[in-house]
Amino acid sequence: MITEAVRPAIHVRGLQKSYKALEVLKGVDLDVARGSIFALLGSNGAGKTTVVKILSTLLRADSGSATVNGFDVAEQATDVRRSISLTGQFAAVDEILSGRENLVLVARLRHLKDPGGIADDLLGRFSLTEAATRRVSTYSGGMRRRLDIAMSLIGDPQVIFLDEPTNGLDPQARNEVWQAVRDLAEHGTTVLLTTQYLDEAEQLADRIAILHQGRIIVNGTLTELKQLLPPAKVEYVERQPTLEDVFLALVDDEARTGSPATGAMTPAGTTKEPR
Amino acid sequence: MTTHALGDTAVLLGRSLRHITRSLDTIITTTIMPIAFMLLFVYVFGGAIESGSDSYVNYLLPGILLITIASGISYTAFRLFLDMQSGIFERFQSMPIARSSVLWAHVLTSLVANLVSLVVVVLAALLIGFRSGAGAPAWLAVAGILVVFTLALTWIAVIAGLSATSVDGASAFSYPLILLPFISSAFVPTETMPGPVRAFADHQPVTAIVNAIRDLLAQQPVSTDLWVAIAWCVGILVVAYVLAMATYRRTIS
Repeated sequence: MITEAVRPAIHVRGLQKSYKALEVLKGVDLDVARGSIFALLGSNGAGKTTVVKILSTLLRADSGSATVNGFDVAEQATDVRRSISLTGQFAAVDEILSGRENLVLVARLRHLKDPGGIADDLLGRFSLTEAATRRVSTYSGGMRRRLDIAMSLIGDPQVIFLDEPTNGLDPQARNEVWQAVRDLAEHGTTVLLTTQYLDEAEQLADRIAILHQGRIIVNGTLTELKQLLPPAKVEYVERQPTLEDVFLALVDDEARTGSPATGAMTPAGTTKEPR
Repeated sequence: MTTHALGDTAVLLGRSLRHITRSLDTIITTTIMPIAFMLLFVYVFGGAIESGSDSYVNYLLPGILLITIASGISYTAFRLFLDMQSGIFERFQSMPIARSSVLWAHVLTSLVANLVSLVVVVLAALLIGFRSGAGAPAWLAVAGILVVFTLALTWIAVIAGLSATSVDGASAFSYPLILLPFISSAFVPTETMPGPVRAFADHQPVTAIVNAIRDLLAQQPVSTDLWVAIAWCVGILVVAYVLAMATYRRTIS
Protein backbone atom coordinates (compact mmCIF):
# COMPACT_ATOMS: atom_id res chain seq x y z
CA MET A 1 0.00 0.00 0.00
CA ILE A 2 2.99 2.26 0.38
CA THR A 3 3.87 3.96 -2.85
CA GLU A 4 6.78 6.19 -1.83
CA ALA A 5 10.13 5.34 -3.32
CA VAL A 6 11.84 5.68 0.05
CA ARG A 7 12.25 2.56 2.10
CA PRO A 8 9.83 2.38 4.98
CA ALA A 9 11.20 3.09 8.46
CA ILE A 10 9.68 -0.15 9.71
CA HIS A 11 9.13 -3.16 7.50
CA VAL A 12 7.60 -6.32 8.91
CA ARG A 13 6.72 -9.53 7.08
CA GLY A 14 5.20 -12.74 8.38
CA LEU A 15 6.12 -12.13 12.01
CA GLN A 16 5.26 -15.08 14.26
CA LYS A 17 5.75 -15.53 17.96
CA SER A 18 4.46 -18.06 20.46
CA TYR A 19 4.86 -18.26 24.20
CA LYS A 20 4.94 -22.01 24.74
CA ALA A 21 1.61 -23.22 23.37
CA LEU A 22 0.09 -19.76 23.15
CA GLU A 23 0.33 -18.35 19.64
CA VAL A 24 0.48 -14.58 20.03
CA LEU A 25 1.50 -13.45 16.56
CA LYS A 26 0.38 -15.55 13.61
CA GLY A 27 2.01 -13.70 10.74
CA VAL A 28 2.04 -9.92 11.08
CA ASP A 29 2.79 -7.73 8.05
CA LEU A 30 3.14 -3.99 8.28
CA ASP A 31 5.07 -1.03 6.87
CA VAL A 32 5.53 2.33 8.51
CA ALA A 33 6.53 5.28 6.33
CA ARG A 34 9.29 7.60 7.51
CA GLY A 35 8.11 10.56 9.54
CA SER A 36 4.61 9.20 10.01
CA ILE A 37 2.63 8.21 13.06
CA PHE A 38 1.41 4.65 12.89
CA ALA A 39 -1.07 3.33 15.42
CA LEU A 40 -1.31 -0.33 16.23
CA LEU A 41 -4.74 -0.78 17.68
CA GLY A 42 -5.93 -3.81 19.55
CA SER A 43 -7.58 -5.04 22.68
CA ASN A 44 -5.64 -6.27 25.70
CA GLY A 45 -3.62 -9.35 24.89
CA ALA A 46 -3.82 -8.83 21.14
CA GLY A 47 -0.02 -8.96 20.87
CA LYS A 48 0.76 -5.25 20.48
CA THR A 49 3.48 -5.27 23.11
CA THR A 50 4.98 -8.41 21.62
CA VAL A 51 5.32 -6.63 18.25
CA VAL A 52 6.98 -3.64 19.94
CA LYS A 53 9.35 -5.87 21.91
CA ILE A 54 10.44 -7.71 18.79
CA LEU A 55 10.98 -4.46 16.89
CA SER A 56 12.98 -2.97 19.76
CA THR A 57 15.24 -6.09 19.93
CA LEU A 58 14.00 -7.16 23.37
CA LEU A 59 12.41 -10.33 22.08
CA ARG A 60 13.21 -12.67 19.20
CA ALA A 61 10.54 -13.63 16.73
CA ASP A 62 10.00 -17.32 15.98
CA SER A 63 9.83 -16.61 12.27
CA GLY A 64 9.30 -13.82 9.80
CA SER A 65 11.43 -10.75 9.17
CA ALA A 66 11.51 -7.24 10.54
CA THR A 67 13.71 -4.28 9.70
CA VAL A 68 13.84 -0.97 11.49
CA ASN A 69 15.57 1.95 9.78
CA GLY A 70 16.83 -0.59 7.22
CA PHE A 71 18.47 -2.86 9.84
CA ASP A 72 17.37 -6.40 10.57
CA VAL A 73 16.19 -6.64 14.19
CA ALA A 74 17.68 -10.08 14.67
CA GLU A 75 20.95 -9.74 12.74
CA GLN A 76 21.83 -6.07 13.29
CA ALA A 77 20.43 -5.50 16.76
CA THR A 78 23.09 -2.94 17.70
CA ASP A 79 22.33 -0.79 14.65
CA VAL A 80 18.63 -1.06 15.40
CA ARG A 81 19.21 0.05 18.99
CA ARG A 82 21.13 3.05 17.68
CA SER A 83 18.13 4.03 15.54
CA ILE A 84 15.33 3.61 18.04
CA SER A 85 13.95 4.55 21.38
CA LEU A 86 11.44 2.59 23.38
CA THR A 87 8.88 4.04 25.73
CA GLY A 88 7.41 0.99 27.35
CA GLN A 89 4.02 0.41 28.82
CA PHE A 90 5.06 1.62 32.26
CA ALA A 91 7.05 4.81 32.62
CA ALA A 92 10.62 3.50 32.65
CA VAL A 93 12.08 6.17 34.88
CA ASP A 94 14.37 5.92 37.87
CA GLU A 95 12.26 6.85 40.90
CA ILE A 96 15.17 7.60 43.19
CA LEU A 97 16.97 9.94 40.81
CA SER A 98 15.73 13.43 39.98
CA GLY A 99 14.20 14.19 36.60
CA ARG A 100 17.38 15.90 35.46
CA GLU A 101 19.55 13.01 36.63
CA ASN A 102 17.38 10.59 34.66
CA LEU A 103 17.95 12.58 31.48
CA VAL A 104 21.68 12.98 32.11
CA LEU A 105 21.92 9.22 32.69
CA VAL A 106 20.40 8.41 29.30
CA ALA A 107 22.50 11.06 27.53
CA ARG A 108 25.65 9.56 29.04
CA LEU A 109 24.63 6.05 28.05
CA ARG A 110 24.15 7.30 24.50
CA HIS A 111 27.67 8.74 24.66
CA LEU A 112 26.57 12.28 23.83
CA LYS A 113 28.50 15.44 24.49
CA ASP A 114 27.13 17.88 27.08
CA PRO A 115 24.61 15.61 28.83
CA GLY A 116 23.69 18.45 31.20
CA GLY A 117 22.80 20.81 28.35
CA ILE A 118 20.69 18.14 26.65
CA ALA A 119 18.89 17.47 29.94
CA ASP A 120 18.13 21.15 30.56
CA ASP A 121 16.87 21.60 27.02
CA LEU A 122 14.46 18.65 27.32
CA LEU A 123 13.31 19.70 30.79
CA GLY A 124 12.29 23.01 29.23
CA ARG A 125 10.60 21.39 26.26
CA PHE A 126 8.53 19.13 28.48
CA SER A 127 7.73 21.77 31.13
CA LEU A 128 9.66 19.96 33.83
CA THR A 129 12.24 22.64 34.62
CA GLU A 130 10.71 23.46 37.97
CA ALA A 131 10.61 19.82 39.03
CA ALA A 132 14.07 19.10 37.61
CA THR A 133 15.87 18.52 40.90
CA ARG A 134 13.05 16.71 42.65
CA ARG A 135 13.04 12.97 42.95
CA VAL A 136 10.86 11.32 40.33
CA SER A 137 8.99 9.45 43.08
CA THR A 138 7.30 12.79 43.87
CA TYR A 139 6.10 13.29 40.27
CA SER A 140 2.50 12.90 39.12
CA GLY A 141 1.62 10.28 36.51
CA GLY A 142 1.59 12.82 33.71
CA MET A 143 4.96 14.24 34.70
CA ARG A 144 6.49 10.76 34.78
CA ARG A 145 5.17 10.01 31.35
CA ARG A 146 6.51 13.30 29.98
CA LEU A 147 9.91 12.58 31.52
CA ASP A 148 9.72 9.08 30.08
CA ILE A 149 9.09 10.42 26.60
CA ALA A 150 11.77 13.12 27.04
CA MET A 151 14.24 10.35 27.90
CA SER A 152 13.27 8.60 24.68
CA LEU A 153 14.12 11.64 22.58
CA ILE A 154 17.73 11.88 23.70
CA GLY A 155 20.08 11.22 20.83
CA ASP A 156 17.38 12.04 18.26
CA PRO A 157 16.41 8.47 17.39
CA GLN A 158 14.80 8.13 13.94
CA VAL A 159 12.14 5.73 15.17
CA ILE A 160 10.27 5.86 18.46
CA PHE A 161 8.09 3.10 19.87
CA LEU A 162 5.41 4.16 22.30
CA ASP A 163 3.67 1.26 23.96
CA GLU A 164 0.30 2.47 25.29
CA PRO A 165 1.71 5.91 26.10
CA THR A 166 -1.45 7.29 27.72
CA ASN A 167 -2.43 4.25 29.75
CA GLY A 168 -3.60 5.37 33.17
CA LEU A 169 -3.23 9.11 32.53
CA ASP A 170 -5.83 11.73 33.30
CA PRO A 171 -7.27 13.65 30.31
CA GLN A 172 -4.92 16.62 30.69
CA ALA A 173 -1.82 14.49 30.89
CA ARG A 174 -3.10 12.51 27.93
CA ASN A 175 -3.49 15.68 25.88
CA GLU A 176 0.05 16.70 26.76
CA VAL A 177 1.39 13.34 25.62
CA TRP A 178 -0.59 13.63 22.40
CA GLN A 179 0.92 17.05 21.76
CA ALA A 180 4.41 15.67 22.41
CA VAL A 181 3.79 12.88 19.90
CA ARG A 182 2.56 15.34 17.26
CA ASP A 183 5.67 17.47 17.81
CA LEU A 184 7.83 14.41 17.24
CA ALA A 185 6.25 13.64 13.90
CA GLU A 186 6.62 17.28 12.84
CA HIS A 187 10.35 16.96 13.48
CA GLY A 188 10.45 13.98 11.11
CA THR A 189 10.58 11.21 13.69
CA THR A 190 8.76 8.01 12.85
CA VAL A 191 6.39 6.99 15.63
CA LEU A 192 4.84 3.59 16.12
CA LEU A 193 2.37 3.68 18.95
CA THR A 194 0.18 0.99 20.35
CA THR A 195 -3.09 1.80 21.98
CA GLN A 196 -6.38 0.31 22.97
CA TYR A 197 -8.10 3.70 22.84
CA LEU A 198 -9.80 4.26 19.54
CA ASP A 199 -9.88 8.03 19.92
CA GLU A 200 -6.13 8.07 20.46
CA ALA A 201 -5.52 6.39 17.13
CA GLU A 202 -8.06 8.70 15.54
CA GLN A 203 -6.41 11.82 16.99
CA LEU A 204 -2.81 11.02 16.21
CA ALA A 205 -2.22 8.46 13.56
CA ASP A 206 -1.56 8.87 9.85
CA ARG A 207 -2.25 5.19 9.47
CA ILE A 208 -4.02 2.73 11.71
CA ALA A 209 -3.69 -1.02 11.79
CA ILE A 210 -5.89 -3.26 13.86
CA LEU A 211 -4.19 -6.26 15.40
CA HIS A 212 -6.65 -8.97 16.25
CA GLN A 213 -5.93 -12.57 17.25
CA GLY A 214 -2.36 -12.37 16.06
CA ARG A 215 -2.99 -10.86 12.65
CA ILE A 216 -3.41 -7.40 11.17
CA ILE A 217 -7.02 -7.44 10.03
CA VAL A 218 -7.14 -3.94 8.56
CA ASN A 219 -4.52 -1.33 7.77
CA GLY A 220 -5.21 2.09 6.32
CA THR A 221 -5.83 5.76 6.95
CA LEU A 222 -8.71 6.81 9.14
CA THR A 223 -10.73 7.73 6.06
CA GLU A 224 -10.05 4.36 4.47
CA LEU A 225 -11.05 2.58 7.64
CA LYS A 226 -14.27 4.54 7.87
CA GLN A 227 -15.14 3.57 4.31
CA LEU A 228 -15.14 -0.05 5.34
CA LEU A 229 -18.52 0.55 6.95
CA PRO A 230 -21.72 1.65 5.20
CA PRO A 231 -21.74 5.39 4.32
CA ALA A 232 -22.50 7.76 7.13
CA LYS A 233 -26.10 8.45 7.88
CA VAL A 234 -27.09 12.01 8.59
CA GLU A 235 -28.73 12.23 11.98
CA TYR A 236 -29.62 15.25 13.98
CA VAL A 237 -28.41 14.91 17.55
CA GLU A 238 -28.38 17.54 20.23
CA ARG A 239 -24.69 18.21 20.92
CA GLN A 240 -24.30 17.93 24.65
CA PRO A 241 -20.95 18.73 26.22
CA THR A 242 -19.25 15.48 27.12
CA LEU A 243 -18.10 14.92 30.64
CA GLU A 244 -14.55 15.31 29.35
CA ASP A 245 -15.37 18.78 27.95
CA VAL A 246 -16.79 19.77 31.32
CA PHE A 247 -13.85 18.33 33.23
CA LEU A 248 -11.25 20.00 31.07
CA ALA A 249 -13.03 23.36 31.07
CA LEU A 250 -13.33 23.38 34.84
CA VAL A 251 -9.86 22.12 35.59
CA ASP A 252 -8.17 24.40 33.05
CA ASP A 253 -9.95 27.43 34.52
CA GLU A 254 -8.84 26.39 37.95
CA ALA A 255 -5.25 26.01 36.86
CA ARG A 256 -5.22 29.38 35.10
CA THR A 257 -6.68 31.35 37.96
CA GLY A 258 -5.21 29.25 40.74
CA SER A 259 -1.53 29.57 39.98
CA PRO A 260 -0.87 32.18 37.31
CA ALA A 261 2.92 31.83 37.51
CA THR A 262 3.10 28.34 36.08
CA GLY A 263 -0.44 27.50 35.14
CA ALA A 264 -0.49 29.26 31.80
CA MET A 265 2.12 27.06 30.24
CA THR A 266 1.51 23.67 31.76
CA PRO A 267 -1.72 23.19 33.58
CA ALA A 268 -1.04 19.53 34.30
CA GLY A 269 2.54 20.10 35.29
CA THR A 270 1.33 21.94 38.34
CA THR A 271 -0.96 19.25 39.66
CA LYS A 272 0.51 18.32 42.95
CA GLU A 273 -1.24 15.13 43.92
CA PRO A 274 1.41 12.58 44.78
CA ARG A 275 1.07 9.17 43.27
CA MET B 1 29.78 -2.64 21.45
CA THR B 2 32.52 -3.66 23.86
CA THR B 3 34.36 -0.37 23.38
CA HIS B 4 31.86 1.32 25.63
CA ALA B 5 31.40 -1.54 28.07
CA LEU B 6 33.59 0.01 30.76
CA GLY B 7 32.18 3.51 30.34
CA ASP B 8 28.59 2.25 30.33
CA THR B 9 29.24 0.16 33.43
CA ALA B 10 30.74 3.19 35.16
CA VAL B 11 27.71 5.36 34.32
CA LEU B 12 25.28 2.69 35.55
CA LEU B 13 27.41 2.05 38.63
CA GLY B 14 27.15 5.77 39.43
CA ARG B 15 23.38 5.43 39.17
CA SER B 16 23.11 2.47 41.56
CA LEU B 17 25.56 3.99 44.04
CA ARG B 18 23.36 7.06 44.12
CA HIS B 19 20.48 4.76 45.04
CA ILE B 20 22.49 3.59 48.02
CA THR B 21 23.59 7.02 49.21
CA ARG B 22 19.96 8.16 48.96
CA SER B 23 18.60 5.20 50.87
CA LEU B 24 21.21 4.76 53.56
CA ASP B 25 18.65 2.68 55.43
CA THR B 26 19.69 -0.26 53.24
CA ILE B 27 23.22 -0.05 54.68
CA ILE B 28 21.83 0.41 58.18
CA THR B 29 19.45 -2.54 57.98
CA THR B 30 22.23 -4.62 56.46
CA THR B 31 24.54 -3.92 59.40
CA ILE B 32 22.02 -3.87 62.24
CA MET B 33 21.28 -7.59 62.21
CA PRO B 34 24.92 -8.77 62.25
CA ILE B 35 25.77 -6.21 64.95
CA ALA B 36 22.77 -7.38 66.98
CA PHE B 37 23.90 -11.00 66.64
CA MET B 38 27.37 -9.96 67.70
CA LEU B 39 26.09 -8.19 70.84
CA LEU B 40 23.75 -11.08 71.63
CA PHE B 41 26.44 -13.70 71.38
CA VAL B 42 29.15 -11.71 73.12
CA TYR B 43 27.09 -10.41 76.04
CA VAL B 44 24.34 -13.02 76.43
CA PHE B 45 25.53 -16.41 75.22
CA GLY B 46 29.25 -15.75 75.06
CA GLY B 47 29.94 -16.28 78.75
CA ALA B 48 28.64 -19.83 78.54
CA ILE B 49 30.40 -20.75 75.30
CA GLU B 50 33.72 -22.57 75.49
CA SER B 51 35.32 -21.31 72.32
CA GLY B 52 38.85 -22.06 73.38
CA SER B 53 39.76 -18.49 72.57
CA ASP B 54 40.75 -15.71 74.96
CA SER B 55 38.37 -13.21 73.47
CA TYR B 56 35.00 -14.37 72.24
CA VAL B 57 34.62 -11.25 70.03
CA ASN B 58 37.78 -12.19 68.20
CA TYR B 59 36.42 -15.73 67.81
CA LEU B 60 33.03 -14.51 66.61
CA LEU B 61 33.85 -11.72 64.19
CA PRO B 62 34.66 -13.79 61.06
CA GLY B 63 31.23 -15.46 61.15
CA ILE B 64 29.53 -12.11 61.77
CA LEU B 65 31.27 -10.68 58.70
CA LEU B 66 29.92 -13.52 56.55
CA ILE B 67 26.40 -12.92 57.93
CA THR B 68 26.81 -9.25 57.01
CA ILE B 69 27.55 -10.17 53.41
CA ALA B 70 24.73 -12.71 53.25
CA SER B 71 22.21 -10.13 54.40
CA GLY B 72 23.72 -7.38 52.23
CA ILE B 73 23.40 -9.22 48.93
CA SER B 74 19.65 -9.60 49.33
CA TYR B 75 19.45 -5.89 48.45
CA THR B 76 21.24 -6.60 45.18
CA ALA B 77 18.52 -9.05 44.23
CA PHE B 78 15.93 -6.52 45.40
CA ARG B 79 17.37 -3.65 43.32
CA LEU B 80 17.76 -5.83 40.24
CA PHE B 81 14.19 -7.07 40.61
CA LEU B 82 12.87 -3.50 40.89
CA ASP B 83 14.75 -2.51 37.73
CA MET B 84 13.17 -5.40 35.86
CA GLN B 85 9.72 -4.52 37.16
CA SER B 86 9.89 -0.80 36.50
CA GLY B 87 10.76 -1.19 32.83
CA ILE B 88 14.01 0.74 33.15
CA PHE B 89 15.80 -2.55 32.53
CA GLU B 90 14.04 -2.84 29.17
CA ARG B 91 14.89 0.76 28.39
CA PHE B 92 18.58 0.02 28.95
CA GLN B 93 18.34 -3.18 26.92
CA SER B 94 16.82 -1.33 23.96
CA MET B 95 19.64 1.23 23.99
CA PRO B 96 22.96 0.90 22.16
CA ILE B 97 24.92 0.04 25.30
CA ALA B 98 26.98 -2.99 26.25
CA ARG B 99 24.33 -5.37 27.54
CA SER B 100 26.48 -6.93 30.23
CA SER B 101 27.11 -3.50 31.76
CA VAL B 102 23.60 -3.48 33.27
CA LEU B 103 24.44 -6.57 35.35
CA TRP B 104 28.00 -5.58 36.16
CA ALA B 105 26.83 -2.24 37.52
CA HIS B 106 24.62 -4.07 40.02
CA VAL B 107 27.40 -6.49 40.92
CA LEU B 108 29.94 -3.73 41.56
CA THR B 109 27.37 -1.76 43.54
CA SER B 110 26.86 -4.82 45.70
CA LEU B 111 30.60 -5.03 46.27
CA VAL B 112 30.89 -1.37 47.30
CA ALA B 113 27.80 -1.51 49.57
CA ASN B 114 29.00 -4.70 51.28
CA LEU B 115 32.49 -3.32 51.85
CA VAL B 116 30.96 -0.27 53.53
CA SER B 117 28.77 -2.54 55.70
CA LEU B 118 31.78 -4.72 56.61
CA VAL B 119 33.76 -1.67 57.70
CA VAL B 120 30.84 -0.55 59.89
CA VAL B 121 30.60 -3.98 61.51
CA VAL B 122 34.38 -4.16 62.13
CA LEU B 123 34.23 -0.70 63.73
CA ALA B 124 31.40 -1.89 65.98
CA ALA B 125 33.48 -4.95 66.90
CA LEU B 126 36.43 -2.70 67.79
CA LEU B 127 34.13 -0.77 70.11
CA ILE B 128 33.24 -3.91 72.07
CA GLY B 129 36.78 -5.11 72.38
CA PHE B 130 37.81 -6.82 69.14
CA ARG B 131 41.58 -6.62 68.76
CA SER B 132 43.94 -8.09 66.19
CA GLY B 133 47.68 -7.75 65.87
CA ALA B 134 47.53 -8.91 62.26
CA GLY B 135 49.68 -6.95 59.82
CA ALA B 136 48.77 -5.52 56.43
CA PRO B 137 49.34 -8.76 54.45
CA ALA B 138 46.98 -10.73 56.70
CA TRP B 139 44.32 -7.99 56.54
CA LEU B 140 44.69 -7.88 52.75
CA ALA B 141 44.23 -11.65 52.62
CA VAL B 142 41.09 -11.33 54.77
CA ALA B 143 39.79 -8.53 52.53
CA GLY B 144 40.53 -10.66 49.47
CA ILE B 145 38.56 -13.63 50.83
CA LEU B 146 35.63 -11.36 51.76
CA VAL B 147 35.63 -9.73 48.29
CA VAL B 148 35.56 -13.07 46.49
CA PHE B 149 32.89 -14.35 48.90
CA THR B 150 30.82 -11.18 48.26
CA LEU B 151 31.13 -11.60 44.50
CA ALA B 152 30.16 -15.27 44.73
CA LEU B 153 27.04 -14.54 46.78
CA THR B 154 26.25 -11.50 44.62
CA TRP B 155 26.04 -13.62 41.50
CA ILE B 156 23.66 -15.93 43.37
CA ALA B 157 21.66 -12.80 44.20
CA VAL B 158 21.65 -11.90 40.49
CA ILE B 159 20.04 -15.26 39.68
CA ALA B 160 17.42 -14.62 42.36
CA GLY B 161 16.79 -11.04 41.19
CA LEU B 162 16.41 -12.07 37.55
CA SER B 163 14.13 -15.02 38.15
CA ALA B 164 12.01 -13.78 41.07
CA THR B 165 8.33 -13.12 40.51
CA SER B 166 7.78 -11.01 43.62
CA VAL B 167 9.75 -8.64 45.84
CA ASP B 168 9.58 -11.16 48.68
CA GLY B 169 10.93 -13.91 46.49
CA ALA B 170 13.78 -11.68 45.38
CA SER B 171 15.14 -11.37 48.91
CA ALA B 172 13.92 -14.59 50.58
CA PHE B 173 16.71 -16.64 48.98
CA SER B 174 19.20 -15.01 51.33
CA TYR B 175 17.69 -16.48 54.53
CA PRO B 176 19.37 -19.88 54.17
CA LEU B 177 22.64 -18.09 53.44
CA ILE B 178 22.26 -16.02 56.61
CA LEU B 179 21.54 -19.17 58.64
CA LEU B 180 24.44 -21.18 57.22
CA PRO B 181 27.03 -19.67 59.65
CA PHE B 182 24.99 -20.96 62.61
CA ILE B 183 25.72 -24.54 61.56
CA SER B 184 29.44 -23.94 61.26
CA SER B 185 32.42 -23.09 63.41
CA ALA B 186 31.35 -19.43 63.40
CA PHE B 187 29.88 -19.36 66.93
CA VAL B 188 31.01 -22.58 68.61
CA PRO B 189 33.69 -25.18 67.87
CA THR B 190 32.20 -27.95 65.72
CA GLU B 191 33.61 -30.63 68.09
CA THR B 192 30.63 -30.18 70.43
CA MET B 193 28.05 -30.94 67.75
CA PRO B 194 26.39 -34.39 67.33
CA GLY B 195 27.79 -36.54 64.51
CA PRO B 196 25.70 -35.74 61.42
CA VAL B 197 25.50 -32.02 62.26
CA ARG B 198 29.22 -31.90 62.82
CA ALA B 199 29.85 -33.69 59.52
CA PHE B 200 27.77 -31.06 57.75
CA ALA B 201 29.38 -28.18 59.66
CA ASP B 202 32.89 -29.40 58.98
CA HIS B 203 32.30 -29.75 55.26
CA GLN B 204 30.32 -26.67 54.38
CA PRO B 205 32.05 -23.57 53.02
CA VAL B 206 31.38 -21.23 55.95
CA THR B 207 33.49 -23.31 58.38
CA ALA B 208 36.55 -23.25 56.15
CA ILE B 209 36.16 -19.53 55.40
CA VAL B 210 35.57 -18.64 59.07
CA ASN B 211 38.57 -20.72 60.21
CA ALA B 212 40.82 -19.17 57.55
CA ILE B 213 39.85 -15.60 58.47
CA ARG B 214 40.13 -16.40 62.20
CA ASP B 215 43.66 -17.78 61.73
CA LEU B 216 44.72 -14.80 59.66
CA LEU B 217 43.42 -12.30 62.22
CA ALA B 218 44.89 -14.25 65.16
CA GLN B 219 48.30 -14.36 63.43
CA GLN B 220 48.21 -18.14 63.35
CA PRO B 221 49.99 -20.00 60.57
CA VAL B 222 47.56 -20.57 57.71
CA SER B 223 46.26 -24.11 57.59
CA THR B 224 44.69 -26.00 54.71
CA ASP B 225 41.50 -24.18 55.68
CA LEU B 226 42.73 -21.17 53.70
CA TRP B 227 42.98 -23.16 50.47
CA VAL B 228 39.69 -24.93 51.09
CA ALA B 229 38.12 -21.51 51.74
CA ILE B 230 39.52 -20.05 48.52
CA ALA B 231 38.44 -23.14 46.57
CA TRP B 232 34.88 -22.83 47.92
CA CYS B 233 34.67 -19.09 47.18
CA VAL B 234 36.06 -19.34 43.66
CA GLY B 235 34.01 -22.48 42.97
CA ILE B 236 30.74 -20.85 44.06
CA LEU B 237 31.69 -17.70 42.15
CA VAL B 238 32.26 -19.55 38.88
CA VAL B 239 29.13 -21.70 39.12
CA ALA B 240 26.92 -18.77 40.18
CA TYR B 241 28.36 -16.55 37.43
CA VAL B 242 27.70 -19.13 34.72
CA LEU B 243 24.15 -19.77 35.96
CA ALA B 244 23.47 -16.03 36.32
CA MET B 245 24.65 -15.31 32.78
CA ALA B 246 22.51 -18.17 31.44
CA THR B 247 19.51 -16.77 33.33
CA TYR B 248 20.31 -13.30 32.01
CA ARG B 249 20.46 -14.52 28.43
CA ARG B 250 17.15 -16.28 28.85
CA THR B 251 15.62 -13.13 30.34
CA ILE B 252 16.72 -10.72 27.63
CA SER B 253 16.15 -12.78 24.49
